[in-house]
Amino acid sequence: MSENNIFLKVRDLAVEYTSDGKVIHAVNGVSFSIDRGKTLALVGETGAGKTTIAKSILGILPDRAARIRKGQIYLDGTDLLKASENEMLKIRGRKISMVFQDPMTALNPIMKVGSQIAETIRIHDAVSKKEAKKKAADMLNLVGIPRNRYNNYPHEFSGGMKQRVIIAMALACRPELLLADEPTTALDVTIQAQVIKMIKDLRDQFNMALILITHDLGVVADIADDVAVVYAGEIVEYGSKEDIYLHPKHPYTKALFNAIPNLETDVDRLENIKGLPPDPAQLPEGCCFSPRCTYALEACTRAKSALATVENRHCCSCSRWKEIDGGNGHE
Amino acid sequence: MGGMGMSDTLIEVKHLKKYFDVPSGQLHAVDDVSFKIEKKKTMGIVGESGCGKSTLGRTLIHLLESTDGSIFFEGRDVTRLNAKELNEFRHQVSIIFQDPYSSLNPRMTAEQMIAEALKITKRCKKDQIEEETRRIFDMVGLDRRFLKSYPHELDGGRRQRVGIGRALAINPKFIVCDEPVSALDVSIQAQILNLLMDLQEQVGLTYVFITHNMSVVRHISDNICVMYLGQLIETCPTKELFTTPLHPYTKALLSAIPSTDITKQKEQVLMKGELTSPINPVPGCRFYARCDHSCEKCLEPQSLQELLPEHFVSCCRARELNQL
Repeated sequence: MSENNIFLKVRDLAVEYTSDGKVIHAVNGVSFSIDRGKTLALVGETGAGKTTIAKSILGILPDRAARIRKGQIYLDGTDLLKASENEMLKIRGRKISMVFQDPMTALNPIMKVGSQIAETIRIHDAVSKKEAKKKAADMLNLVGIPRNRYNNYPHEFSGGMKQRVIIAMALACRPELLLADEPTTALDVTIQAQVIKMIKDLRDQFNMALILITHDLGVVADIADDVAVVYAGEIVEYGSKEDIYLHPKHPYTKALFNAIPNLETDVDRLENIKGLPPDPAQLPEGCCFSPRCTYALEACTRAKSALATVENRHCCSCSRWKEIDGGNGHE
Repeated sequence: MGGMGMSDTLIEVKHLKKYFDVPSGQLHAVDDVSFKIEKKKTMGIVGESGCGKSTLGRTLIHLLESTDGSIFFEGRDVTRLNAKELNEFRHQVSIIFQDPYSSLNPRMTAEQMIAEALKITKRCKKDQIEEETRRIFDMVGLDRRFLKSYPHELDGGRRQRVGIGRALAINPKFIVCDEPVSALDVSIQAQILNLLMDLQEQVGLTYVFITHNMSVVRHISDNICVMYLGQLIETCPTKELFTTPLHPYTKALLSAIPSTDITKQKEQVLMKGELTSPINPVPGCRFYARCDHSCEKCLEPQSLQELLPEHFVSCCRARELNQL
């Protein structure tokens, strides 16, 4: 894949929030890229900075509190961070759309769901009310909701159906990039399976790039092409799904896999990751994971190490991965 | 159920029902549920939101009064106790809630909350309360520097540890854990699950563990009840549920869980539709409309049948579909 074809490229993005006079380092030098039709999963725990990354791309960080300290976000060659608010208004919804976690609060409770979708269409496309209404009904149909539910209000829908409505709204203007922030976390597993299947089908149908934010490693295994493991605002490991699932190198990635019980293997005790993620207002000096890492040496607590290549695109920010792993890449 | 002697059973429910009156009729939250739990074991209760698992948990310890049926705790029917006996019962059972944010009193320190439980049960003398509180702090792995902390000063994992400490303070025999790790991050979830399992061994606790997370329930439970719209549709030892699920709903539920093993991605049985309403349900199988195998017989009332040893299923076609 040549440089020019890359659809979205985020380079060295750093975002900080100011709160009560404290500076919170939410995102600290994150780089990744994604092509049309592909899915990148951002995996990590609460407070790792995943949502802040997505909001930076969409340009919806809170004005007062947040500041993009450095970095570039190129969408199809244009730097979104240099775009004016007017330009961003055209990009949002049309080129980039976002699905939020909580379907209960993302819809307007006093507006018919069909009208909410039609409104989005009317903002971006010069179409008549009638056409917008027809398109909105088509979108509902596409996500598996009968057209005759157009005039229903959000409270008349279940959680899974509300999330479908939100996805219909996000996709109404055929965006080229969809940011899905924990789209199924609030849903039951059987409904989650339906929604994930639908997102996959729509991604393929529209050749859409998808950034999926989640902490569910099962969902990632199901849908992602590439995976970025985010910890304390940094990408600590990045690679294809196979790289990360079959050859994890970073101690945090490994610990994360061992901390979740799964349906295939029996363990008497889950592996704890001792301690807690660091306070983003007081990040440790060296490797962010070093206070919790069983392999940390004194050097790890003093200096950070940058992402280094393991094999091909697979990279890892642990300076000791070779030693820990016995020196093998993917063997 | 089973051939275990009476003395091994801590709690047994028979035909337990909990109905709520709602404007549009009667909501059958728990509908004719029967099972028993042996001492020092964990019974997992799984199902999707709205299937009645939390209501069942609360009814078990009489936080909610049951509509019908009986709950035998150490052989005595809890639903027939007088006020004094009920008070004694309540000193033997406890509950841990899902949300450690809203289940703790924001105006009390961690120490006060645990001490309050000690005072209420009069389990130890006044001058021992401080020492006992510290002992409980150690048990649940809370550093003593958090004694004077208010809930908002603690992170989710530590808050849940306070919740567990408060549940333990009365020295219960039986604890209902209602989604205790659902609000926590995976690395913290593992810490809390390990803590609950350690405590069970140390103190000899019996748990009901309510969750929608099948991997978690597989890890922690000895036996599992699968619920669907208020009814118990399948119950058996944990391992067997995952190797040999017999009810079509259980099969669909298990197949819907995305696997973390990318080398063998399974074929998913996508379930059609969503949960129907538990208000004024018609007799017959409640999974009828979503089931791929439904037939006319399914519209008649279903009952739990022991199709394999210790493995009960409520599906009239289970024997035939599983070729038993």
